[in-house]
Amino acid sequence: MGDYTAQEIYSIVVMQSFSGVSLLCIYVLMGLGLYIIFGQMGVINMAHAEFLVLGSYTMCLFSKFVTENLPALTNYYVFLAIPLSFGIAFGVGYLVEWLLISRLYKRPLDTLLATWGLSLVMQQCFRTFIGAREMSADLPEWLLGSWSASDTIDIPISGLVLLVLTIGLTGGLVLYIRKTRTGLSMRATTQNREMTGALGINTKMTDRLSFGIACGISGIAGAFFTTMASTSPSAGTNYIVDSFLVLVVGGLGSLFGLFISGAFLALISSILEFFMTGSIAKVWLYLVIFVVLMKFTRGLFSERVRS
Amino acid sequence: MYALGLLSFAAVQSASAMEYPTSEVNTTGLAVTDTTVTVGQLHSITGTMAISETGSVEAERLAIEQINAMGGVLGRQIEIIQEDGASDWPTFAEKSKKLIIQDNVACVFGCWTSASRKAVLPIFEKENNMLYYPTFYEGLEASKNVVYTGQEATQQIIWGLDWAYENLGARTFYLIGSDYIWPRTSNKIARNHIERYLKQKDPKCKVVGEEYYPLGHTNFRSLINKVKLKKPDLIYSVVVGGSNVAWYKQLKAAGITSKKYNLLTISTTEDELLGIGGENAEGFYACMKYFQSQDNENNKAFVEAFKAKWGADSVIGDVTQAAYLGPWIWKAAVEKAGSFDIDKIHAAHPGIELPQAPEGYVRVHDSNQHLWSRAKVGKILKDGQFEVIAISDDLIEPDPFPKGYQ
Repeated sequence: MGDYTAQEIYSIVVMQSFSGVSLLCIYVLMGLGLYIIFGQMGVINMAHAEFLVLGSYTMCLFSKFVTENLPALTNYYVFLAIPLSFGIAFGVGYLVEWLLISRLYKRPLDTLLATWGLSLVMQQCFRTFIGAREMSADLPEWLLGSWSASDTIDIPISGLVLLVLTIGLTGGLVLYIRKTRTGLSMRATTQNREMTGALGINTKMTDRLSFGIACGISGIAGAFFTTMASTSPSAGTNYIVDSFLVLVVGGLGSLFGLFISGAFLALISSILEFFMTGSIAKVWLYLVIFVVLMKFTRGLFSERVRS
Repeated sequence: MYALGLLSFAAVQSASAMEYPTSEVNTTGLAVTDTTVTVGQLHSITGTMAISETGSVEAERLAIEQINAMGGVLGRQIEIIQEDGASDWPTFAEKSKKLIIQDNVACVFGCWTSASRKAVLPIFEKENNMLYYPTFYEGLEASKNVVYTGQEATQQIIWGLDWAYENLGARTFYLIGSDYIWPRTSNKIARNHIERYLKQKDPKCKVVGEEYYPLGHTNFRSLINKVKLKKPDLIYSVVVGGSNVAWYKQLKAAGITSKKYNLLTISTTEDELLGIGGENAEGFYACMKYFQSQDNENNKAFVEAFKAKWGADSVIGDVTQAAYLGPWIWKAAVEKAGSFDIDKIHAAHPGIELPQAPEGYVRVHDSNQHLWSRAKVGKILKDGQFEVIAISDDLIEPDPFPKGYQ
């Protein structure tokens, strides 16, 4: 590093650290929906990534609608798109639980197959009804650029928004589970389904709500991912591996573990990617994960889940 | 008047078909009748490649429709049997067998990725049929059963780098690509050109970084910080597919814009810009052989016809235009040979000229069935189109096996 001034190195360290934080947020957002569904119902949702893409499409189509019909809103529609993508993904998730998942709770391997099938169906629906080509949301100018903290430090504005969004969503989720009555039913159902049912709580409805909320959160994450990645029918394939990775490393069904593993993976890959070239960094990342999982077979943090 | 016009048109057509009796123009049992000739079309309509291949399907259909309206080929109307390669290479191989062996098509317009071309190549060679392949690709191939209507790597890279050296003052280069054969071969050629030829002009020329990321990779933040540290005069990008979108959006978010950095790509066309959004890549450069905004009469007519058939929102990228050339080259070859026989059209290919191609004049090479064409540099505009800012003076010779570059 002899050719670089101290200030240059300092700037790069700051920017690279911020990249790491952004990556942590992305990992957490990817994993949240998967975590709720597994933690609550013991179902592994292979169609998880398609709900992210559903959120992305909501954002893209809504942005198109706004720029064509309500140009005055162009700068602010993002704030409306977030509840909208939550609503749509929630609705689809609610229906899916009712029509498909609720019939398969006693057959965990079949849910794996069924949700994988669902992911293929959803991909082809995007392709057939929306179009095979990539789409992009017309994002407001303020969200795209960077904030120059100094001459040599540029911090992506979308990264700052991402950070706020992640804290907000996770905080909201924790409050919901800990402080509300439906959250209490969710926790009770997770601990002991029969007993909860005997106490007069509708466990089926609780499952349906949880599934919907998980999908809705994925929808919000997906909507936000339009600021940094592509929206196409098969874009989900770019997310699914990382989503599972962060969940498995964290320990299935632990929110705290999700954060720790997100931080761990973000740290490792930011360091590796900086000092090695892209593909090789990926190889080393997987090797590290492999070793970690050998040592902690149930992930870094595993809470008790319903068996 | 109108009815009369149609009548005389039909008369011309049948006369032409009678000049060429089926028994003479088709001695190898292809699907040719007195009034029709059947060709195959083999692209991905489903799966991950459907994004890219849709434009080629549309362009080939447009060309065939126009040829039919002019009276067809040797007086025969072209009929199409379309198969779906489904973004899966073994499926491509299987479907090409079906088209060639079962349907006896006279030729096939199709494939997009190199992997799909490599999968069907043995079948085309064994069964002796002709594939018209539209994509710019890495070279290192020259089959007598393939006509390559896109440019091979050297046609796109060398002139573009020279242009950047002269016009952008590029001396230090950061090479970036997706991790598979085309970007790796392209960057190998680029590195060789920089280190061997540009360095002779100015010893300061060097490659300061070369990196590859898996297909579908969506996190380029670390790479971007490395680029910032190295401060190259030119970022040379061969990133493809969905990764492209993440790449440009994150560049912009990190403050790497055309105000501070130069970027030259050989993998971003109007098609990709639909997904990227022109505002995210504004001011960067691409080296291609065709841009939709090219200002000439033939291109205007082509763009107009394409939009009339496939919708006013359609965009036309480099490969789409190359796909449009396929049926026209085949028509010219069949007419020059006076036959649909594969060996005869192979013999007829050298020297075929398309003066009216939308990209400008092109000619089939004498020995390798690639096209001589002109390279162009375009500057990305906010609306996702390119402003053509430079065109090579000469036609560039296709050289799929470049000496000194391997």
